[in-house]
Amino acid sequence: MLNYFPEEVLEHVFDFLTSHRDRNAVSLVCKSWYAVERFSREKVFIGNCYTISPERLIARFPRVRSLTLKGKPHFADFNLVPHDWGGYVQPWIESMAKAGVNLEELRLKRMLVSDESLDLLANFFPNFKSLVLVSCDGFSTDGLAAIASNCRFLRELDLQENEIEDRRGQWLSCFPDSCTSLVSLNFACLKGEVNLLSLERLVARCRNLRSLRVNHAVPLDALQRILAQAPQLVDLGIGSFVHDPDSEIYNKIETGMQKCTSITSLSGFLDVTARCLPAVYTICRHLTSLNLSYAPGIYSDELVKLICHCNKLERLLVLDTIGDKGLGVVASTCKELQELRVFPSDLYGVGNAAVTEEGLVAISAGCRKLNSILYFCEQMTNAALIMVAKNCPNFIRFRLATFNPTAPDAVTMQPLDEGFGAIVKSCKGLKRLSVSGLLTDQVFLYMGRYAKQLEMLSIAFAGDSDKGMLYVLNGCKKLKKLEIRDSPFGNAALLADMGKYETMRSLWMSSCEVTLGACKTLAQKMPRLNVEVINESDQMEASVDDKHKVEKMYLYRTLVGPRKDAPDFVWTL
Amino acid sequence: MSPESETSGGLKTELTLGLPGDLQVQKSGIKRGFSEVVDLKLVNDSKAESQPPSTTQVVGWPPVRSYRKNLVKNCKYVKVAADGAPYLRKIDLEIHSSYQDLLTAMGDMFTCLTICNVLNERKLVDSANGEEYVPTYEDKDGDWMLVGDVPWKMFVESCKRMRLMKSSEAIGLGAAAPSTPSKGSSTSC
Repeated sequence: MLNYFPEEVLEHVFDFLTSHRDRNAVSLVCKSWYAVERFSREKVFIGNCYTISPERLIARFPRVRSLTLKGKPHFADFNLVPHDWGGYVQPWIESMAKAGVNLEELRLKRMLVSDESLDLLANFFPNFKSLVLVSCDGFSTDGLAAIASNCRFLRELDLQENEIEDRRGQWLSCFPDSCTSLVSLNFACLKGEVNLLSLERLVARCRNLRSLRVNHAVPLDALQRILAQAPQLVDLGIGSFVHDPDSEIYNKIETGMQKCTSITSLSGFLDVTARCLPAVYTICRHLTSLNLSYAPGIYSDELVKLICHCNKLERLLVLDTIGDKGLGVVASTCKELQELRVFPSDLYGVGNAAVTEEGLVAISAGCRKLNSILYFCEQMTNAALIMVAKNCPNFIRFRLATFNPTAPDAVTMQPLDEGFGAIVKSCKGLKRLSVSGLLTDQVFLYMGRYAKQLEMLSIAFAGDSDKGMLYVLNGCKKLKKLEIRDSPFGNAALLADMGKYETMRSLWMSSCEVTLGACKTLAQKMPRLNVEVINESDQMEASVDDKHKVEKMYLYRTLVGPRKDAPDFVWTL
Repeated sequence: MSPESETSGGLKTELTLGLPGDLQVQKSGIKRGFSEVVDLKLVNDSKAESQPPSTTQVVGWPPVRSYRKNLVKNCKYVKVAADGAPYLRKIDLEIHSSYQDLLTAMGDMFTCLTICNVLNERKLVDSANGEEYVPTYEDKDGDWMLVGDVPWKMFVESCKRMRLMKSSEAIGLGAAAPSTPSKGSSTSC
């Protein structure tokens, strides 16, 4: 009988469950399983840091060793959320330090991190091993120095696209000579100088280093010396790749690259002379991941020459300078491609060529394993999307952004409803979707009807009426995150099914037709939701009319009520 | 359905669920077209009516992280037209650190022109015929300004394109006696 099943055995079985969803499910089976699970849980994922408090987390999972936290809503990436909206990591670190949690790993996304937080982290958790910060800000190189100096067993320091203040300290030199444990070091986003000698010595003594991504301040000759010390690298992010291709240094780099037979992932080129690119051709044939999206100024022909060598590529990130023709080459070369991201290079209207629907169709025809795409383009057509849907039914993520957000089908001038409809109908496993272009309520009808696995949806400048939003809320049963901007959805849609929001992580609506009164109604009826209204203009107006449309609303489910750290311009209703 | 349409989908006979007093809100301007938003969010752009507005003028579109925007920003090419030259050139403002630097580059580009700095005025002179050229630029608001008035960084930020205007035509930009250099004034060498 299950009652006599020893707890140790249960715990051992649960060890095999790595996904947090599986563990969550297991904990709901019965009280004893809940108890065993909570004491054995080491990794916790919190998708919204305001859903729960640090104290309650620690109370339930006292043995937590790895914590992942996400702060600001996704649209913060596009400057739609004020900088000091919230998402502070400090209270979490303080609570864990106080409770004596044996924290080893911390992964943060869109959170505010201070040097003080990093200092606490470095000094109160003796077994701390791994810090991953994505799109965070609020800290400086002083905080990094604290981490480098004090984390004796540091394995991973991974900084992705953060805004880090450069205090011109020698943070890299703060890694003591005794530090030999680094496996992964990524400081590509740092703007300032680093001590090159310290870097070389660090790489030399960390024999287990697998991943190294440097910033623009590391020049080609330093890179050559580093590679000589670390031929075992699997993932390389190049800083500056600028040199005279006829020079001795260049030849050394070329031969150095030949020895790096383990590199399967390449990125960076933060500064690059296109004529130097042939030096990397030798590693191209082993590459499964290539990110050239940080390298403006490489023209289509040079990109193509490089990609011709990359026939094992599974993941490719590029700028739209590649052009439709370049994408055609990708389609015929990269048969293993699963993920493609094409970013815009011309954000300032200077008139550089971009990609169109032709490039996308070519990719879909050549790369049948494609399951994830992010595509910024000048124009799109229904015919193209229908073709893509037919060629690639395996999309899990499909994100499209046309430069003009309400651009119609470039040929027929019709809305793009049918095109996106084909995508959701064909791609039965679609989990994430971002739509763009001229769209009516019809596209949402299709989503509600077909996008049954959809978890995250981004809508901008789309739809005609509340019906659109209602189709989605009613039909997309697995929806977790919905973010909407500049669309004519209002109170009727917002209030039709209030219980739905407790099954979701969050809802963002900005520049829509929702009024303050409706938000208040929702907040009143649903105590387990925080309904936040962000009002940057009329901060002091206590008596704003309920009929007023709210500029920005963000609501999310929570177990701990309104947050206490909200700034003046955020009203929790 | 055109983006400019205001009444798309909002039939008066349509049943809607709404709070009392909300009907007005529902009916008017149901489809907030892109161009409408641009008018709200943009200060002044005379081009807004004639052609699709530049996508950089709507907050957060295209949806690209600021980290990326700043990267691409490090390569700011603007068109440079010189009166009388048969074709335009492009110059990357980001790789220059000062007005002097920029003028030197322009002098290199239009090789017949050399720099002539008199009384804080910056000009380029065609050594062949003595014709003077005054560097001007179009800013974010669409106005044509004299190069050199605002701090360098502010200029890089707001400059959309440049024109080397013949001195004789530039007189309308502002007049002042050579001995009293004032903002936006143009003097002859």
